[in-house]
Amino acid sequence: MAFALSEEREREVDEILARYPNKMAACIPVLHLCQDNNEGWVSPEVIDYVARRLELSTANVKGVVTFYSLFNESPPGRHQVWVCRTLGCALRGGGDLLAHAQRKLGVRVGETTKDGRVTLRTAECLASCGSGPMIQVDKTYHENLTTQEFDRILDRLLYEG
Amino acid sequence: MLKQTDHLTKNYGKPDSWTISVYESTGGYRAARKALGMSRELVVDEIKKAHIRGRGGAGFEAGVKWGFMPKEGEKPSYLTVNADEGEPGTFKDRTIMEQNPHALVEGCIVACYGVGAHAAYIYVRDELHLAKARLWDAIKEAKTKGYLGKRPFGKGYEIEVYVHSGAGAYICGEESALLNSLEGKRGEPRLRPPFPAQRGAFGCPTTVNNVESVSLVPIAINLGGEEFSKLSALHEMNDGGVRLFGVAGHVKKPGIYECAVGLTLRELVYDLGGGILGDRELLGVIPGGSSCPILLPDEVVNVPGDKRFDPYNGKSVLDLPMGVDTYRGIGGMLGTCCATVLSDAADPVLAAQNIIHFYRHESCGQCTPCREGCGWLERIIDKVVEGTATMEEVDQISEIASNMTGNTICAFGDGAAAPVMAFVRKFRKNFEDYVLTGGKSQTKTLVV
Repeated sequence: MAFALSEEREREVDEILARYPNKMAACIPVLHLCQDNNEGWVSPEVIDYVARRLELSTANVKGVVTFYSLFNESPPGRHQVWVCRTLGCALRGGGDLLAHAQRKLGVRVGETTKDGRVTLRTAECLASCGSGPMIQVDKTYHENLTTQEFDRILDRLLYEG
Repeated sequence: MLKQTDHLTKNYGKPDSWTISVYESTGGYRAARKALGMSRELVVDEIKKAHIRGRGGAGFEAGVKWGFMPKEGEKPSYLTVNADEGEPGTFKDRTIMEQNPHALVEGCIVACYGVGAHAAYIYVRDELHLAKARLWDAIKEAKTKGYLGKRPFGKGYEIEVYVHSGAGAYICGEESALLNSLEGKRGEPRLRPPFPAQRGAFGCPTTVNNVESVSLVPIAINLGGEEFSKLSALHEMNDGGVRLFGVAGHVKKPGIYECAVGLTLRELVYDLGGGILGDRELLGVIPGGSSCPILLPDEVVNVPGDKRFDPYNGKSVLDLPMGVDTYRGIGGMLGTCCATVLSDAADPVLAAQNIIHFYRHESCGQCTPCREGCGWLERIIDKVVEGTATMEEVDQISEIASNMTGNTICAFGDGAAAPVMAFVRKFRKNFEDYVLTGGKSQTKTLVV
């Protein structure tokens, strides 16, 4: 089934296109929009849509998708949790937080919990070095984390409606 | 010289600090109004006098960069703002975008005028969702007030500002990769020449400036370029004004602090940063992001033959004013000026491992020395940590790193090689102990 956006989202695509002198420049913003409206991943159908809409080859669009770490080529869990692993956070306990996350969720980095709720990932420096250790849950940062606060956040993701 | 200032940060922490009403209540948008009433040449001249060294890490003078742009031409010119803050240890630009986004918007107005552009793209890393939202709101507020659009401040010089999202790639903070990414391509750096001022975004003359550099522009316009520059203790070294200093890691008060240029590492770590966690000893400081060589407290300034270093020769590097050229002079790098502090609780070999993992992950893969070099360095350092490396392999680290340096399309290769070489050179014994004891010499982690 072909990927399609709602009328409202199509207007957003038009608005995005109007910002740039050519269509190719809209590739990344439009891919984000599509991913957000396709359960968090860029399917082959999304690539077809973007290629058609922006008059690019599917090979070109796929080349862009594969370069950037935030485009998912397979469906993630309902929520994505990135734990920062870089030096600033590591110095404040980021390594221990990651180990705890894997134990609590029962998954390794890159995997999704069996109930499909949470995908655990690591991120490289998220520009929160003064407030580490920290995680990003979907589009929100949670900083200055203790294990207890981390557990509270994860429990909400795992058990909330 | 410790001199805290609040030109950029005066509204930080105030309720609604990011709104136009708060911004204007403390003098916001006077500079843009003033600049659009000046000639373009005069605006550029003032910014040249301000000696704003690029705040993204390279330290190239913003005013000089503006001067490279064509006076007129067939193609439109563009301003792009590098808001892809991803250098490990760095978290300053984010504070501007979240807490004082109008400073950046106003800076964009003046900068567009100065470089002859009518459109600015603020390339923000995707993960900074709050920053992006605040910037879009600020742009909307500025447009509503007539400060952007076809006739900003009633002048016939059209200016539009857009936010453009990244998608999770550190290398897109490299200016030519940023331009490719803005164009909707893979974020792979370009060979230079041509430079962005000749062929940048969309094949057109482009200026790429860091968030903080652009945000300081209104302050420089209001004070006058020379007055702004003279706020700095390093004004004579063409390193002017004030800047945001960051400190994180094993310190009691991590954070972003605005000071006049001229602050020392000792002041940053012990005065502003509150000293070392647990009152431990200092192992070393990475002064401005992971691409900078680590500095050790017992290192001494020794730059004979350069008069400017006379007051500092023989003194600890911790007491050398943090400047672009002072740090270059001692073979170091100021970078983003956001320091990462390691106490003696930290294992330097593990720190080096953490850093090389970052670079291997983030290499775009275009050129062999970087792609292969980062991978090779990571494998060797992993072996060191596991206790299975040989002494020959430890020697190989410096050889591989030197072969990367200067042989890559962009500075990423140097940025990966330099810190690794510094760790191995300055903590040689730690690396050797791992080899000699099969990894059993590891008694510490990275945490206090």
